[in-house]
Amino acid sequence: MASASTASAAHTDHNYLNHEKGLWSWLTTLDHKRIGIMYFITVALFFLVGGIFALLIRTELFSSGQTIMTAEDYTRSMTYHGAIMVFFVIIPGIPAFLGNFFLPMQIGAKDVAFPRLNLASWYCLIGGAAVALTSLAFGGADTGWTFYTPYSISMKPAVIWMVMGAFIAGFSSILTGLNFVVTTHKLRAPGMTMNRIPLFVWALYSTAIIQVLATPVLAITLLLLAAENIFGIGFFDPALGGDPVLFQHFFWFYSHPAVYIMILPAFGVISELITAFSRKTIFGYTAIAYSSLAIAAVSFFVWGHHMFVSGQSEWAGVVFSFLTMLVGVPTAIKLFNWMATLYKGSINLSAPMLYALGFMFLFTIGGVTGIFLATIATDVHFHDTYFVVAHFHYVMVGGTLMAIMGGIFYWFPKMFGKLVNDTIARWSFFFIFMGFNVTFFPQFVLGSMGMPRRYFDYLPEYEFLNQISTIGAYMIGIGFVIGTIAVIQGLLNGKPAGPNPWGAKTLEWTTASPPPHENFIQQPIVTAGPYEYR
Amino acid sequence: MSTAKTGSGYHHAHHFDSAEHEYVSAKQGVWLFLCTEILMFGGLFVGYAIFHHIYPEIFKVGSKFTDWRLGAANTVVLLTSSFTMALGIYYSQKREQSKAVAMLAITILCGFIFMGIKYIEYSHKIHLGLLPGTWYSADPASLVKYVGDMEIPSNLPMYFSFYYMMTGIHGIHVLVGMGLIAWVMIRAMKGEFGPHYYTPVEGVGLFWHLVDLVWIYLFPLLYLVS
Repeated sequence: MASASTASAAHTDHNYLNHEKGLWSWLTTLDHKRIGIMYFITVALFFLVGGIFALLIRTELFSSGQTIMTAEDYTRSMTYHGAIMVFFVIIPGIPAFLGNFFLPMQIGAKDVAFPRLNLASWYCLIGGAAVALTSLAFGGADTGWTFYTPYSISMKPAVIWMVMGAFIAGFSSILTGLNFVVTTHKLRAPGMTMNRIPLFVWALYSTAIIQVLATPVLAITLLLLAAENIFGIGFFDPALGGDPVLFQHFFWFYSHPAVYIMILPAFGVISELITAFSRKTIFGYTAIAYSSLAIAAVSFFVWGHHMFVSGQSEWAGVVFSFLTMLVGVPTAIKLFNWMATLYKGSINLSAPMLYALGFMFLFTIGGVTGIFLATIATDVHFHDTYFVVAHFHYVMVGGTLMAIMGGIFYWFPKMFGKLVNDTIARWSFFFIFMGFNVTFFPQFVLGSMGMPRRYFDYLPEYEFLNQISTIGAYMIGIGFVIGTIAVIQGLLNGKPAGPNPWGAKTLEWTTASPPPHENFIQQPIVTAGPYEYR
Repeated sequence: MSTAKTGSGYHHAHHFDSAEHEYVSAKQGVWLFLCTEILMFGGLFVGYAIFHHIYPEIFKVGSKFTDWRLGAANTVVLLTSSFTMALGIYYSQKREQSKAVAMLAITILCGFIFMGIKYIEYSHKIHLGLLPGTWYSADPASLVKYVGDMEIPSNLPMYFSFYYMMTGIHGIHVLVGMGLIAWVMIRAMKGEFGPHYYTPVEGVGLFWHLVDLVWIYLFPLLYLVS
């Protein structure tokens, strides 16, 4: 980015990592960069736990009948895999980790607007996780991450712990979102107008709006669910005159927008990667920026597509079906603009770009199969089958996790001042991308053959495809192990990165790597857009 | 966090340009937080609307057990407290320290009166066994003097689920608000507020007004609905 103060990239030994020393200085830090790194470590650990549950599930499903665990343990594994991955990995993943670190830097700010709330949000996540995992001491929750009533109100203490854990973690998300909205509005550097902020910031801003507006509805829903378990308040219990479908409405009123909390930041990362590694100005900046806002807006009006077979009215179903398909429009705008950016670009196939291209490929499959599920007639067939499982994994893993990996390798030199070995990082991409398709493509086939999801067992004719799927899951596992090796190798032996190893143009690359305590030596003054390549 | 000096004597945080910049940012943050509160209560109000539509009779009968005079008294108490809260902000801005502290103290006192009246109402209902959901244990004979010849619907306990959830969550907000007002009152006693810095008083005030506003809706929905 053209800027009057690119001199601030001057070399300095003082940076945010050595600004203060000791574990206590980290646990009490108000520096957004350090909090971002703390989120990185936390989310990576939760990902490991959630991933182990995933491998347990796939191992059990390797053959029909009981393979390694009982049906009860299978249901618990599935619940913990889902709940950990959703509430503690994918939702905080990009915003609270990469967003925390780079949103203030990309707009030329010294920190987020409310550093204390930022630290508090990390403690909310840790507290929520501790409470949620306490449920294991009570025999473990087995409701699935959706806590559907009336099963979830059968007075099982494990469910209450799990629900309250998610409730507390929700505050982490709200505080992050609130911080990002105010930071984006109030802390932009001089000259950083709203149509000059990087697209990653636009994506995080749109996400933050959803986090602030949707999460409180989940909070009250989970609170009512806990009250239902403890006092039998009867709102969701048909035996007491309540309505279990009301729970589904409440739950998905948050949890569908939450899907966009998971994917919108990923879109932001991909916008950065595609333009930086094509060495070309992003095509359609405005369209990409406003499509993020459009997705955030539409996201509040599509929740009913989770409930086509719940007994909601047919008219509601038709309206939700049309509104859901509307989501495809802004999403396609993004994809076509990225493709137009690639066109005639000087493409550099480093690991982050491979992840970005992998994202585009996998997310497109995930998105298009979403249209199958938005269509009521086909959804009735696919509902609760592995088709749905494959669809949302293509979006959440093929989309969000690919973007997280790409983002980690892209910003690693900035965060730690060292380069990752690109060959190792590319191998991680190869295993994750291949393994992902081997795991989840067969699940589309299994789903259309009618194999129901969430079940511990299946008919023998589904066995072959399930075995392929399980082998793929292990390939993904190997891919993430290689990715971890790449990160550790970079931390220990990486070559010095210099301020801007990729030749990218956004503001964070104009300062030293790792950045100094207050991000920039001098206040950056912005005189042009974010992607001034050519 | 390092701070920077300004002419007014207030030290704004290092990542803001000025005290004014910090003030407008903090205020935007408070308003966003109030949005989350509205959406959270919104879930309860939607639940109320749906079940009032399905079972209007339980709200008709249930509200007979509330005393509109106590509810109205609490409404007056909270409205008064909102007024004194606003005066507290006004005097903080003017640096009229003793008046500001007095107004904030009256606001807290109103909070205590509100919670005291709520305590009377709760203990009366608990005494009759009018508890939420499956904890409901009222003896139908003891209810006759409240409902007269109206039939007691079998799922009447759901009214009390709404009553306790809505007033309970609101009551927690009143308690939190009282704690926050006590915090700004102590800071006001130390003379921290003046024309250049009164952000915490104003933020807490906004929160208190919202808590007041929620009660303005709860009162007719739970007490006057019959």
